[in-house]
Amino acid sequence: MNNIILSIKDLHIKIGDREILKGINLEVKAGETHAIMGPNGTGKSTLAAVIAGREGYNVTQGQVLYKGENLLEMSPERRSREGVFLGFQYPVEIPGVSITDFLKTAINEHRKYHGLEPISAKDFLALMNEKKKLVEMTSNLANRSVNEGFSGGEKKRNEIFQMAMLEPALAILDETDSGLDIDALRIVANGVNKLRTKENAIVVITHYQRLLDYIVPDVVHVMYDGNIVMTGNKSLAMNLEKHGYAWVKEQLDIS
Amino acid sequence: MEIVKQDYSKFERQLKIFFEEKYQDFSLKFPERAVAFQQFITEGFPTRQLESWRNTDLAHILNDNYHIVAPNDRNLLSTAAFHCNVQGINVHEISITNGFSNQKLIKLDNDVIYGSLQEAILQYPDLVSKHFGKYNKHLDGFSSLNDTFWLDGAFVYVPDNISLDLPLQILNAYNWDEQLFLSVRNLIVLGKNSKMTLLHCDDSLNHHRALSNSVSEIYMDEYSEMDYYKLQNINNKTAIVNRIIFYQEQASRLNANQVSLNGGLLRNDIHVKLDGKMSDADVSGAYLMDKNQMIDNHVHVHHAVSDCTSNQEFRGVLDDYAATVFNGYILVDKDAQKTAAQQSCRHILVSDKAKIETQPFLEIYADDVKCSHGASVGQLDNEALFYMRSRGIDEQNARTLLTYAFVSVVLDKIKIKPLRERYADMIKQRLSGNLGICGQCVLDCSIKEKMEQLDGLKLF
Ligand SMILES: Nc1ncnc2c1ncn2[C@@H]1O[C@H](COP(=O)(O)OP(=O)(O)OP(=O)(O)O)[C@@H](O)[C@H]1O
Ligand SMILES: [Mg+2]
Repeated sequence: MNNIILSIKDLHIKIGDREILKGINLEVKAGETHAIMGPNGTGKSTLAAVIAGREGYNVTQGQVLYKGENLLEMSPERRSREGVFLGFQYPVEIPGVSITDFLKTAINEHRKYHGLEPISAKDFLALMNEKKKLVEMTSNLANRSVNEGFSGGEKKRNEIFQMAMLEPALAILDETDSGLDIDALRIVANGVNKLRTKENAIVVITHYQRLLDYIVPDVVHVMYDGNIVMTGNKSLAMNLEKHGYAWVKEQLDIS
Repeated sequence: MEIVKQDYSKFERQLKIFFEEKYQDFSLKFPERAVAFQQFITEGFPTRQLESWRNTDLAHILNDNYHIVAPNDRNLLSTAAFHCNVQGINVHEISITNGFSNQKLIKLDNDVIYGSLQEAILQYPDLVSKHFGKYNKHLDGFSSLNDTFWLDGAFVYVPDNISLDLPLQILNAYNWDEQLFLSVRNLIVLGKNSKMTLLHCDDSLNHHRALSNSVSEIYMDEYSEMDYYKLQNINNKTAIVNRIIFYQEQASRLNANQVSLNGGLLRNDIHVKLDGKMSDADVSGAYLMDKNQMIDNHVHVHHAVSDCTSNQEFRGVLDDYAATVFNGYILVDKDAQKTAAQQSCRHILVSDKAKIETQPFLEIYADDVKCSHGASVGQLDNEALFYMRSRGIDEQNARTLLTYAFVSVVLDKIKIKPLRERYADMIKQRLSGNLGICGQCVLDCSIKEKMEQLDGLKLF
């Protein structure tokens, strides 16, 4: 039991009057990589946002446990310090806050939470340099304001860079592959692979099976209209790519 | 003298009695002062009927008595000169305490002169009279009062082709056991192709109320360059009425920046006259106001000739019941073709009780101009807040970082790195509620020991 990182049971979410998630069940164990696929607007990002603690969602039913604790009761910052990370589908631009200041503050908040002293300037610099290499990030990017004026691909790379800096136990990567060119996709995927350990878990949300050639998932889920309707292994992603979502519908109608 | 004004403040009465009883002799020697006072009697203190004071109530400031600083008041200087150092910067310093300069005049090897204006009038009468009062503008009763009661202030002269080696710092500090009414007058003259950086600080060293009514005239000759950094950090009872006039000749370049961290009432009238072609003025400001603090900025840029550029950029953060007025004026004369003038003022409201009035005025008589203005009032970006929190940053810290980021655009105008860093530090302290007046306000306050004995003063 104690290797279960994320356990979602019968999760129903409403935004206003509209039910967006309609009874999600999902279990992710340490060392696993899951992929979630599914058509636009089915609630993938909503699920990710609920896990990260975004406000504005009404949990009408179900539960989300993270390492056995009720995740929904924690503030977003506490979730992060406990090891939850969301790679945003649309990373936010924060003019005036440099990546360096931003990450230093974040890391020190994490350290404080775990009873550690603030990181020294020297150690922080060394850490930055090490992790920058992981995603082959150019150094001048790190001196800029968070995501400000970044290209789509640079933003996504920056998300993985932050993941590398924070070393989460559970990373949800929401369409991290979109907007990346072929080389960047490989670099970012390799970066993610290097961050995979036996202790942590990764959930990638993607539309393209191509990413899964690089980040090979243990489990693939298909989400459809607020629910996980199919779960399988990597071949499920292949089938999706080949047949499209019409195929999913057929399968659902049959069953 | 017949009293016509209904709205007759306690202080206005006191001023009249004072003038008649104690100032008559002095004003006989200086008849222009008597004329100025007559004018004050006619116009009185500005009321809210006046467009430029529409949103600013002076009643609580003026229904009070003050010690009016007079010529025989040099004893007000007996308090120690106030020094403040920014680590990593050496400066030439003019320290003005309670309205009087602590030093006479200093002349450097390169003929740069700085020190007391009063002394400059004695030693360099021609130089002073060539500029004194030539750029000042009569705005309201406060202008007349400054003309009536000014006694001293800072004088700076940078000769042609001289670039002042160090920044010059004017420290204007208030520290007396009574409530003071101060009328400081500064004159700064930059010669052709000269260059200087001026740090201008207003600081109160205790918690007494003061009313400061200062006028600064800054003349910039052809091709001169000035970086002007003003810092206002005074106690919440004190009111400052601060008029500064920049007069720019051809191809001169001004970078004027003002950061206001604390103050009961801060009224700044910043006037720039671009009177020589190809001159450029960048006027910026950041302010953080809370409790019942109020800041009222009137920025007036006058394009009198063609081919000049100007930019106004102000950012304010308001919490609690704080209030602000931003009144940005661009005047483009008929002949001022090819003018490019911009203005932007943006605010963040932290509380819904805070008040903001912004009024852009564009008065354009030329046809070939590029003018733009923009104003916004908003809250912190919730998406950005969530993004930061999702990385483990505490909500309050995220707010501080975002607020700081919002004003940092204005701090980027400060070209001296240690000063910029010191400001950044103060602003962060201010945002987390840890900056008091003189709470290490730029400062590594050298009279800290003395200050600790002052009653009621909280040191950080
Ligand atoms: N704040 C909101 N207010 C109203 N509706 C919302 C809100 N956020 C999401 N929705 C709706 O919820 C549904 C699910 O959106 P979500 O972003 O989770 O989809 P998705 O599966 O991530 O889609 P995509 O593949 O396009 O990223 C959509 O119909 C969307 O319009
Ligand atoms: Mg999505």
